[in-house]
Amino acid sequence: MIDTLRRLGREGLSFFERLGRAHLFLAYALLGVPEVLGRFRLLVAQVWSVGVLSLVIILVSGLFVGMVLGLQGYNTLVDFGAEESLGVVVALSLVRELGPVVSALLFAGRAGSALTAEIGLMKATEQLAGMEMMAVDPLRRVVAPRFLAGVLSLPLLAAIFSAVGALGGWFVGVGLLGVDEGAFWSQMQSKVDLYDDILNGVVKSVVFGFVVTWIAVFEGYDTVPTSEGVSRATTRTVVHSSLAVLGLDFVLTALMFNQT
Amino acid sequence: MFHSRTVEIGVGLFIALGLAALFMLAMKVSNLAVFAGGNGFDVVARFQNVGGLKVRSPVTMGGVRVGRVKAIDFDDKSYQAVVTLDIESRWNRIPTDSTASIFTAGLLGEQYVALEAGGDDLYLKAGAEIKLTQSALVLEQIVGQFLFSKASEGAKSDAPGGAGAAGGSGWGTGSTGAAK
Repeated sequence: MIDTLRRLGREGLSFFERLGRAHLFLAYALLGVPEVLGRFRLLVAQVWSVGVLSLVIILVSGLFVGMVLGLQGYNTLVDFGAEESLGVVVALSLVRELGPVVSALLFAGRAGSALTAEIGLMKATEQLAGMEMMAVDPLRRVVAPRFLAGVLSLPLLAAIFSAVGALGGWFVGVGLLGVDEGAFWSQMQSKVDLYDDILNGVVKSVVFGFVVTWIAVFEGYDTVPTSEGVSRATTRTVVHSSLAVLGLDFVLTALMFNQT
Repeated sequence: MFHSRTVEIGVGLFIALGLAALFMLAMKVSNLAVFAGGNGFDVVARFQNVGGLKVRSPVTMGGVRVGRVKAIDFDDKSYQAVVTLDIESRWNRIPTDSTASIFTAGLLGEQYVALEAGGDDLYLKAGAEIKLTQSALVLEQIVGQFLFSKASEGAKSDAPGGAGAAGGSGWGTGSTGAAK
C-alpha cells in the first residue's frame, strides 16, 4: 500500500520535473532564436531538412485527402441535390481542420521523429557535450535553428496541403463527377472567409508547428543517451505530438469557431 | 555536408510555394476576391423580425449579389431590429423607395436581404434608410397559424378528433386552406 503510494508519488514528481525541464528548455531555446536570425545559413539548412524534404508527402497526401473529400462529399450532397456545395465542403474541411491537423500529424512523423533521432544521437555520441567543451551552446547552435525552422515550415506546409487538397477536390468534383465548375468555385468563395477560416487555420498550424517541434527537440535533447533511449524518444515524439495536436485542435476549434 | 546552393534554392522554392498556396487560398478559395474590403456605402433598414439573418449574409437585387449585411442591432426604443447593409459603391442608382425583404434561399438555405427597386428619382446614399421593409417569415409562426386554423375548422365541423388528428389530416387536404 505504502509502496504503491510511493511509486505514484515518484511518477508524479518525475512527470512534473520533466514538464519543468521542458519549459526551461523552451525558454533557453527561444532566447537563442534572435541569434539564429543573424546566422541565416543555419536556418536555411534546417528549413531544407525539416520543410522541403517533407514537401512530397504533404503534396501527395493533400491531393488524395482532397480527392477523397470530393468523392465522399459528392455522395452525401447529391442526395439533397446540393452537389454544387461540394466546393464549400471541401474547402472548409481542408482550411479549418484537415489542412492544419493532417499536415501536423505527417510533420510529426516525417520531420519530428527525424529531429528527435538527430539530436538524440548527437547526445548519445557526445557531440553536444563536445560543443559545450568548446564553449558553443548546443541550445543555440543546434536546437534553436531546428525549432525556428519547424515553426516556420509547418504553416507553409499546411497552406500547401490545403491548396493542393482544394485542387484535388476540384479535380474529382468538376473533372470526374461533373459538378458545375463556376458553382464549385463561387459557392466556395461566398462561404469561406479570409479571416474567420483561412487565417484561423494558419494560426492553428503555427500553434501545431510550435508544439510539435518543441516536443521533438526536447525529446531529443532529453533522451537517455543509449540506442534504446533514442529509439524510445523517437517513438514518444510521434505519439506525444500526435496526441497534443489532436487535443489542441479541439481546444483551438472551440475557441475559434464556437460562434457563426 | 550540404550543397549550399541547391539547399538555398530549394528552401527559396519551398517558401515561395507556401506563400503561393496561401495566396491561392486567399484569392481563389475565400471571399476576398468577391469583396475587397469596405469600399461600399452603408444603408440602414429596420425590420420587425430578422429571423435567421446573420452578419455577412448577402444582399441581392434581382437575385444578383450587390452587397452584404454589415451589422445587426436592436433598437430598444422602437423595438425593431436595425440592419446595416453594406452596398457596393458601383450600385449607386437604387431608388430611395426600394423595398427590403428578408427571404430564405431554398427551403433550408440561408437567409438574405432582397432589395426591390422602387420608382423614385432619388437614389440611396450613404447613411440613408430604407423605409419599406418586410420581415422574415418565421416557419413556426406559419405552421402554428395553419394548425390553429385547421383545429378551429375541425372544431366547427363537430369532429372530436383532437387537434393532433385534425392537423394530421390537414396536410393532405389543406393546400387550398393554407393558401388563403
